[in-house]
This record gives sequence, structure tokens and C-alpha cells, in this order.
Amino acid sequence: MTANGAVEQSFYDQVLEATPNGERLRLCLQCGDCSGICPFGYLMIHPPSRMIANLRADRFEKVLDTDTVWMCVSCYACTAVCPVQIPLTPGLMARTKEELILAGNVPAELQSALENSQRYGNPLGESPRKRADWATGIVPEVKILGKIKKKVDVLWFVGDYPSYHPRVQSITKALTKVLNALGVDFGILGPEESSDGDSQRLAGERGLFEMLAEKNGAVFSKYEFNEIITTDPHAYNAIKNEYPGLEISYPIRHYTEFLADRLDQLKPLLKHALKAKVTYHDPCYLGRANEIYDQPRAILQAIPGLELLEMSHNHKNSLCCGGGGGGMWLDGFQWEKAHVRLSEWRIAEALATGAEILAVACPYESPRFEDAAKTVQGAGQLKVRDIAELLVEAMGN
Amino acid sequence: MNIVILVKLVPDLVEELTVDTSGIALDTAWLRLIINEFDDHAIEQGILLKERGGGQVTVVAADIEGVDDVLFTAAAKGADRLIKVKADFTGVNNHALARAFTTVIKELQPDLVLTGVQANNDLDGSLGPLLAGCLEMPYVGYLSGVSLAEGKTKVRKEYPGGLIAEMDVTLPAVLGIQAAEQPPRYVAVSKVRQVMKTSTIEERTVSGLDMTGGPTLARMFQTEAGQRATMITGSPDEVAAKLVGIFKELGVL
Repeated sequence: MTANGAVEQSFYDQVLEATPNGERLRLCLQCGDCSGICPFGYLMIHPPSRMIANLRADRFEKVLDTDTVWMCVSCYACTAVCPVQIPLTPGLMARTKEELILAGNVPAELQSALENSQRYGNPLGESPRKRADWATGIVPEVKILGKIKKKVDVLWFVGDYPSYHPRVQSITKALTKVLNALGVDFGILGPEESSDGDSQRLAGERGLFEMLAEKNGAVFSKYEFNEIITTDPHAYNAIKNEYPGLEISYPIRHYTEFLADRLDQLKPLLKHALKAKVTYHDPCYLGRANEIYDQPRAILQAIPGLELLEMSHNHKNSLCCGGGGGGMWLDGFQWEKAHVRLSEWRIAEALATGAEILAVACPYESPRFEDAAKTVQGAGQLKVRDIAELLVEAMGN
Repeated sequence: MNIVILVKLVPDLVEELTVDTSGIALDTAWLRLIINEFDDHAIEQGILLKERGGGQVTVVAADIEGVDDVLFTAAAKGADRLIKVKADFTGVNNHALARAFTTVIKELQPDLVLTGVQANNDLDGSLGPLLAGCLEMPYVGYLSGVSLAEGKTKVRKEYPGGLIAEMDVTLPAVLGIQAAEQPPRYVAVSKVRQVMKTSTIEERTVSGLDMTGGPTLARMFQTEAGQRATMITGSPDEVAAKLVGIFKELGVL
């Protein structure tokens, strides 16, 4: 990017066209709400409102000369607060990151996650052949569609971290128990599943996102199923809102939506009281990005004995765990700039409620919050549990 | 400056390696190949040289599965010419590869040939010195920097014990790259896809590879525990308990 006005204008146009309703960028009032609510806005040389001002003034190279847009965790806080509804997160922020990637300005940790996603179909750099290894030994056997070659009612899109991350695998196994207890006819793609690509897209790697989406789309079309459910709000967001733009359209629900619809069937299974104070963290891509606030809470409240408390930031105003938009792969970079983790702020909030358990519904969160709980004073006793794990506990398994 | 970079695809260690029924070769059924990490550094070093002083970068590789992606990625980073060498590479060794590439590289009349200093499947020595021998060019390996100034080529060679030597090299020469001056760059998927539409991969055919000088394999096997070693297996808790037991037995605890 140069100071050339024509180039600047074309970048402005690209940002406007980058996302549905992108043209709303023209309506910016420069109120600064976006920069104020951004959890890392105070560290950005050019927080969102100033980025827009620079864009309008044909001085966007000033923004591209800095690397602070990598502090953006795509949490949708700016987008949700904007009085004129500018889609900042998927538009300007992602497009700016894309420009930095094209210019080769990529923090090393993010680079390896992107390269891994490209080569192995997952950002962790694990063997794609081992994607279903978490299911080894589970009875009844978890159906892998490529093996059984039969129609299933529900295709479970497991996701990257639920498939590979040792902590998150236990949540994946917990959800398997819940689905089996409900008699759901489900199958997984196993080695044929690739990363949903959503966090890579929001980290600016649009081409990689499209490549991964096309791979998943091709696999979806091979099998027969009635709907997709997923453990990962990022996968949910991608398949629900982004894949249709690539002509990959399937009905999808997050597992909390799916289970909330089966509460009548689920409740009788929850025989063991869980006498605990629990607070629930709204994942950005379930809450702000997709407005699913009630279903996870309804499931939690169905657990006998459980007392649900709210943190000061909740629902639309929830605080990000710091993992979105590439944040999962920018821990070192962000620590250098901030010397604090967003997950630590959230743990402190959870503690302030008096809760004994922090309930989560996104695979990024358990490892992030458990790590944070180790460093926040007084958080040693706070347990981090996915809703699926709490259900299994209440089922007495 | 005419720079030729020779790259090899090697077994990707993310996948577990297994030995096939012959007992002297890897089972290729599940083998995935990946660019040799040091060759990736050689590409980066070549592109850096071009960016600093101009010239042409040609990347040459054997035509095996996955080579097109490797070559197009190199083009997206800034390589100008892409060549794949076709031959029957079954059971190939580095001696044969060096001979096969010699004809192709001679035709390109390079000033500088860059390649990774080593690879995980070098059973008969690394490729660089073998190639230099065939091309009758000097070779310097274990380099972590190359600069071209006033007609002189200076290289930075790493020695054990933290010693670094700077030396002048007479061109043409073959250089074995240990590390480029900066980590290999990231290239966006969209850029690679664009390059795939606009670049072409040239082909050269080499018939009858000469394997002379390569190793004769007697047996290929996974690392085996030595007689004096005890391998502790089990879950982390079980392993910890067994370790504590052993420490107690030895009087350490």
C-alpha cells in the first residue's frame, strides 16, 4: 500500500465490498464507541474509529505501517455497539489483517497456525488421519460416515480443538455420552473433516478460509444427513453465515441449541443434583455474532441444584476469552503488547460472582480459562466446565 | 545473478512412519511428503538475494506427488522459473538425484546453486556436496547468511561450539543453507492460487537413474530400546507411580 490516492480509494472500496452491509462504513459518526469497547483498543495505535478516519483521509498506510490490528480478537464488541451497525469485525478489521498478510507482516505464531491449516486442515499441525482418534474405544462406536456409508440423522461437525486438544477431547467425549443417552442418530466425518476456517478468515486469511470451506463442502455433499450440529461456535458461524456465500448451504445448530430443543427428553436423565454456583460465559460467536443467549442458560438451569449467576459482563456485553480472530495463535504477540490476557479479566469477573464453576460452550475456552485460573490470585478453586461436561456429571456418568 | 534452488520433498514426520514388508523401505501407503525444511530456507535465502540485488530465481525439484504445490508456493514468494524433473524415482538415493539434476542445472548455467544443508532422508550424505562434485563447483555448507557485493560472495558458516566464519566464495558455487537470514515467509493462499493460474512448470526428463555409490540397505526399523534401557509405558499417573517406585528403589527418594 502506498500513499497513492487511487490505491487508497480502491482499498476503501474493497473494505466496503468485503462483507454484507460493508457500505455502512460510510455512515461512521466517529463516535468512538468501537474503540472504547474494544478490549485491547487502549493498546492499538489505530483503534477501529481511527482506522476509519485514516481510511477516509486517504492515509491508511499509517495503519498498515503498524501491527496493532493483530490485537483484534474479532470479538464483535465493536460491531455490536456501533450505533450505525457497521460490520467492523468481518469487514474492516479482517480486511486490514488480510492486507498485512499479503504484505508479509504476519506474527510468527500466527504464520505456523495458518501453514498448519493449509497443510493438515487443522491449525494445531496434527495428522489429519488422527482427527477421529478421540473416539477410539467409545461404546457404542462413534459412526464415521466414510466407513458406515449410511444416512444419519445428524452430522456432528466436531471441529479442530474438540478433535485434537487433550483438554477439549474430554468435552467431546462428554457430548458423545449426552447424544447417546438421548438416542441421537449421529455420525462424524473423522479424517475427512477439515478446519471450518472461520478464525483463519477473521485473522485475514480469506483464501485459506475458502480453500477449507470448499474441502468441507465437497465432503458434506458426499453423505446423507438431515442437519449439522457442532461443538464449536466458530464452525457454527462459518457454516451458518459464511459457507452459503460459497454455495455450501446446510442447516446447522450449535449443540446447545440442539439440546435446548430436547430439554423435555434431557431433564429426566439429569438425576444427580449439582449443588454449585455456576456462572456462564457467553462465547462471542454464539452470543454477539449469532444472538444465542438463552439456550445455553436454559440447559444449565435444567440441571437440578445448579444456581446460575451472571457476571457483570454478560449476554451482548460479554467479555471475549481472547481466542477469536487468530487470538488463539497470537498469545505471545499479544502478551508482549498487553502483559495481560483477556481470559484473566474474565476469570476475575467469574470469581467476583462467587461462582464455583465457570460454564463454557466453546472449545477455545476451557484451556484458555484454565490457564488463566492458574495465574489469577484466588482462582485456584474455580472449575472450568463445558456445559456438556456438567450434563454428564448430572447424568451420573 | 542466476540463482538455482534445488528442493527435495521428504517424509512428513507428522504422520507416523512404518516400514513396508520388504523391511528395507518406508511404507508409502500413508506417507505424506513435505518440502525439506532446510530447502524452504534455501528458497527464502534465494528470494532475499534477488530482492536485494536483482537476478533470476529458478526452483528445481523432482516430479513426485505434491511437487506442484511446492513449486507454485515458491513462485508466489518470488521465484521466476519452475522446473520439475521427471524420472522413475523409485528407491532413489542422493547420488542418483545429484547426477539426475546435474544435466538440468548445467543447462541453466547458474551463478549460484542453493539447497538445504541436509534432509531427514539423506541416507547417503547430503545432496549439496554430491551435486557440487558432479557440477565441478565449490561447496560450502551450514550457512546462515549469503551476501553479494562488489562481485564478491560472502557467506556466513556455522561451526559447532558457537563459532561463525565469514568467507568469500568464488562463483559459480553450490551452497548448503542451514537457515535463511529470516524465517521463510508466509504466502497467502489467494496469492498461491493466483500464481497457479499464471505460472507454468517446465518439465525435463531424465532416463535411467544411476544409483551407484548409494547405500545398500540391510534392514530398516523403528528405534529399539537398548538392553540397559527400561521403557515405561502407561497413563501419566501410572508412569509417575512407576518412576517414584524406581527412584525409591535406587535410594534417590
